[in-house]
Amino acid sequence: MSDRASDIRVSPATGDDGGGEVRYLSQADLEVPTHQIVAPDGSYDDEAIPDLDDEELLDLYRWMVTDRVFSRRMVNIQRRGELGTFGSTRGQEASIIGSAFTLTPDDWLYVGRAWTPMFMRGASMEDMILFWRGIEEGQEAFAKVNAQIAISIGSHLPLVSGIAWGMHLDDADAIATAYLGDGATSTGAAHEGINLASSVGLPALFYCQNNQYAISMPYEKQSGANTIAQKALAYGIDAIRVDGQDVLAVYDAVSSAREKVLQGEPVFVESVTYRLDAHTTSDDPTRYRADEEVDHWESHDPIERYREFLKSEGLWAEIDHDAIVDEIETEFDEALAAANAMEERAVAEMFEYVYDELPPELVRQLDEFEDLLERRPEMYDFIEQRPKG
Amino acid sequence: MQATIVQAVNDALHGEMERDDRVVVFGEDVAESGGVFRATDDLLEEFGNKRVVDTPLSEIAIVGGAAGMAMYGYRPVAEIQFSGFLPPAFDQLVTNASRIRWRTRGELSAPMVVRMPYGAGVRALEHHSESLEGAYGHIPGLKVVIPSTPADTKGLLTAAIRDPDPVLFMEPKRIYRSIRAEVPEGEHEVPIGEAAVRREGEDVTVVAWGSMMPPTLEAVDEGDIDAEVIDLRTISPMDTETIVESVKKTGRCVVVHEGPRTLGVGSEIVARINDEALMYLESPVERVTGFDTPVPLLSMEDFYFPHPPRVLDGIEAALAE
Ligand SMILES: Cc1ncc(C[n+]2csc(CCOP(=O)(O)OP(=O)(O)O)c2C)c(N)n1
Repeated sequence: MSDRASDIRVSPATGDDGGGEVRYLSQADLEVPTHQIVAPDGSYDDEAIPDLDDEELLDLYRWMVTDRVFSRRMVNIQRRGELGTFGSTRGQEASIIGSAFTLTPDDWLYVGRAWTPMFMRGASMEDMILFWRGIEEGQEAFAKVNAQIAISIGSHLPLVSGIAWGMHLDDADAIATAYLGDGATSTGAAHEGINLASSVGLPALFYCQNNQYAISMPYEKQSGANTIAQKALAYGIDAIRVDGQDVLAVYDAVSSAREKVLQGEPVFVESVTYRLDAHTTSDDPTRYRADEEVDHWESHDPIERYREFLKSEGLWAEIDHDAIVDEIETEFDEALAAANAMEERAVAEMFEYVYDELPPELVRQLDEFEDLLERRPEMYDFIEQRPKG
Repeated sequence: MQATIVQAVNDALHGEMERDDRVVVFGEDVAESGGVFRATDDLLEEFGNKRVVDTPLSEIAIVGGAAGMAMYGYRPVAEIQFSGFLPPAFDQLVTNASRIRWRTRGELSAPMVVRMPYGAGVRALEHHSESLEGAYGHIPGLKVVIPSTPADTKGLLTAAIRDPDPVLFMEPKRIYRSIRAEVPEGEHEVPIGEAAVRREGEDVTVVAWGSMMPPTLEAVDEGDIDAEVIDLRTISPMDTETIVESVKKTGRCVVVHEGPRTLGVGSEIVARINDEALMYLESPVERVTGFDTPVPLLSMEDFYFPHPPRVLDGIEAALAE
């Protein structure tokens, strides 16, 4: 970073290698390797295994299964009308868990599509159910563990750079992380956010899960760039491209990125993965993608690939898969029961937290409304308060 | 033909794309999947991938790109997937689209349409439910249109596409499919800038638009009120005359809107009535509106927007004095 400015200033006078020929810098000049440790067939190089102890290796498996079971249960309760909408993460478990496993509780986390990382840092499944039921207390719970979900795609990247800026000013021993999708890399906010981190030198990690689709838009049409990782060069930061179906490679890549970020060098990570389910429960993916493609990715299941690795390492014997699933199902059942038990909330909650102190006009609107509800109880015929979805 | 609002959007697009090959439709997920609400269904098959285009996830580029394409001579109709995602592109509306004609003394213009579903009540996530027509109505040079019936949707969208100025076309998504009504076949244009009198009456004027029309009509029926109900249809430029003439007749007025009250469109309507019909008023103009709060997430969003009893309450208040 240090000699960049002087390079720019001298460059007009040193254009000496052209020899009269116009030379383009093209994508073909750039080779972007994809980091992988465990191959799709389960083979791997012992030397490349990241430094994790057995317990941690088993944890990676448990969290991936958690992610899968959670998505399945959420889709199910959505179909029963108990949620508004839900975005499943099936297929992206390695990408999500391998990356989140590198973060500490002091690191800030702002996600697009990734829910289990919230549990990994202490939020509960109940909080996540509340969130997807459109109950404000969900985000409140995430905020308590330095995490948030962004619904306006890409809007969180400048925010994450701002958080990282604070960390930078504080000399904090932590980083701010934005999870984003391939679609998000087309937003103006993403460009400005990454550029800010680069220009100031902020401890921000941009973790892009390229799950190949932004609703119906395949990545090939999202951008003319061969890879998303290569875009980082234009911002002047480093990037890693990683096989997002390989949890160990993801862990390895992101922990190395995190080290660099801690030094105030933002890093961009492109994790190549696939969204197996619909974009959300309101989406119909058969309109825009072929069954063969989905089948192909079904056969690149990240959990199965990792299972092969665990077997080779002799760790599979330590795992009782069914017991893990049972445990997670029970946790989900309890979370759902707790979410269902949530009391009806008061109208005042709509007004609370808009400002630190309620301005007089809002006090007036609330009073008028409460009075109306009392005078005209028939209002409730039109109001369905729906914490249970 | 009987159609819903969302089908009427589709019908208008079909008609105008057929009539004028400069009309190009684009936005997120509009082509291959026909739009998340299916408003652009079948257009790709009929008009091909040069005129029906899936764009990257880039609201700024969609709106700014539409303005540029329009300056060049095309007639872009861009979709913003949900109105809550227009704000990133607000800058393009304010800085470019709405000012091109003014800036170039008429040498260039931006005849474009930005369509988007707006409003609460469909149980969506954050940012999907806002009614910010007041904010957009504040931009000089931009027309803001909100239909409330299938026939008007077809007629107004047709007019918007033919309009020489940029038009923001806000579609009431809560009633996208809940109303099915007669829509004229073939050419059908409804002029922008003219309100419609939905029901004639003597006792009170009620002004509403978009998603607020059904609860307003329901309230009037419920209370058995001899109200003159005006569907504003165009936020900007606003049809002052229809409102003022009606208020001169009834002497009372209620404005109903879903967006926040403060600095809302209702405030402007009250001001215009004060300017031109103050002496005819027998009671202060009432406003029944959304609150000055974010639209709550889906579990409590039903509390937010005016339902018939609240509208009726406002009407009765106007009639009381
Ligand atoms: C600014 C903005 N525009 C449009 C939308 C509607 N929308 C929700 S998700 C989505 C696609 C997101 O794709 P991507 O960034 O690749 O993330 P993924 O959901 O695939 O993880 C779109 C267009 C939105 N939420 N925000």
